[in-house]
Amino acid sequence: MQIHDQPQLKAEARNFNFFYGEAQALKKINMPIYDKKVTALIGPSGCGKSTYLRSFNRMHDLYPGNRYEGEIRFFPDNTNLLSPEVDPIEVRMRVGMVFQKPNPFPKTIYENVAYGLRVRGENNKRVLDDKVEQALRGAAIWEEVKDRLQDLAPNLSGGQQQRLCIARALATDPELLLFDEPTSALDPIATGAIEELVHELKKRVTILIVTHNMQQAARVSDYTAYMYLGEMVEFGKTDEIFIKPKDKRTEDYITGRMG
Amino acid sequence: MTANNASDLPQVSDRLAKNAMRNVSERIIESILFAAAAVSVLTTIGIVYVLVSESIHFFQNVSIVDFLTDTQWTPLFDDAHFGIMVLISGTLVSSAVALAVAIPMGTVIAIYLSEFAHPKVRETAKPILELLGGIPTIVFGYFALLMVTPLLQKVFPELPGFSLLSAGLVMGIMIVPYIASLSEDAMRAVPMSMREGSYAMGATKLYTAIHVVVPAAISGLAASYILGISRAVGETMILAVAAGMQPNLTWNPAEPAATITSYIVQVALGDLPHGSIGYQTIFAAGLTLLLITLCFNILGQWLRRRFREAY
Repeated sequence: MQIHDQPQLKAEARNFNFFYGEAQALKKINMPIYDKKVTALIGPSGCGKSTYLRSFNRMHDLYPGNRYEGEIRFFPDNTNLLSPEVDPIEVRMRVGMVFQKPNPFPKTIYENVAYGLRVRGENNKRVLDDKVEQALRGAAIWEEVKDRLQDLAPNLSGGQQQRLCIARALATDPELLLFDEPTSALDPIATGAIEELVHELKKRVTILIVTHNMQQAARVSDYTAYMYLGEMVEFGKTDEIFIKPKDKRTEDYITGRMG
Repeated sequence: MTANNASDLPQVSDRLAKNAMRNVSERIIESILFAAAAVSVLTTIGIVYVLVSESIHFFQNVSIVDFLTDTQWTPLFDDAHFGIMVLISGTLVSSAVALAVAIPMGTVIAIYLSEFAHPKVRETAKPILELLGGIPTIVFGYFALLMVTPLLQKVFPELPGFSLLSAGLVMGIMIVPYIASLSEDAMRAVPMSMREGSYAMGATKLYTAIHVVVPAAISGLAASYILGISRAVGETMILAVAAGMQPNLTWNPAEPAATITSYIVQVALGDLPHGSIGYQTIFAAGLTLLLITLCFNILGQWLRRRFREAY
């Protein structure tokens, strides 16, 4: 059943299972990610939403004993991100990530943003200057830091650090940007700034965001997926999920009877 | 209502009185702990006092200018000269050779163990590495004299039987475990989230290790290097056995030379009359050694503050 105004697919999980050693953390996940939209993943702690998110840039490859099953197709080229033939580094070149706790490198603000470009072999000063400025503007932090690009990034405030991390991820023009509870370590004002930024960013990049905060999901996302015990319980337009959830468990969670 | 009446409320001193017994035992423990801490401080003060007071006698006979600028060190000859630079040169050259081995090797081992090695490899390799640090230095000294020097002589036939080079090389091997172990601890203390940030940008393990982990652990690395320097400057046995004990003002590692420490051990084993000028040279040399290591310790403290981790 194709709805007429349905946007293009950016990625799609197909029968995706994930195992930490013997323990199955994700069960038969099927879910589309639409291009240039914000998709929120909600659910109680331990439901596997971060595990799912971290599969999109193969973060689990860093630790031994993890296993993927099934596919996450990435469009337009229809690559299976999880395929053993696909180099995880290639995947991470296309999929950016912003973490729960701001994790700037112990370098200058400038070098933090230029990091991904340098990894890709870009050392031309003019190109770097340009891209760094663009990325910092894109992350709405340029005005605050333009006069002190050579200061150490860990000296910034928490909210600024997180926007810097977003700039760092933006600098390499990722196709998909993953946010793992990006505001859980921030105060309400910094949180508001990040949410506004997410809204702005979806014009140029597809966003997948894990959040504990239901209001946040409602505010920033176009689509929402509710996960519970490693299963995808319900996926749909954010308005529909929040106003008229189809599944009883989703309703319980959203109305605060559970989780 | 009498709640505001202070006399109805229990006094602070009443409550303390109940706990008087606990207070006493608490005090006793505290004084024992203080005494334990004081012993080490007092020992240090005592050592410094002895070194300084004996050195004062020495400097009443020998001017500081001569001490620092004379190019000969012959305190036991009739024509006595007291140029400490002779011994300092030996100390610095042998330490430089040792560090040229130990710092690169120790750092590379630490990067491997912390970033690349499988946990099982790390768990086996690290204790073995640390065992190397437990080998008595006299064993290293004979290893230098009887193994390394003959090997080096095959490559450089003109190398003498005693040399700063072979002593320094072996001293470097002795220091490797200290640097590797401490550097590895510093790198492993870098939070995983920092590495993940780098991997998520598409960086390889090596790129992450060099550009994120090492800079983040830099103060720990600096501290381990400073410890390595202190070990090298203070090392005695290897140099006494393998570097020869001829005082020799040289910057060439291929020559034999005495260091401050090997001079002290040589003279202290002899039968110098108490209070003679030769006897006092031990303390002047010891004070010089203390000042050198103190400088490096201060440098280490400064580096640690300057590059405090900000993660």
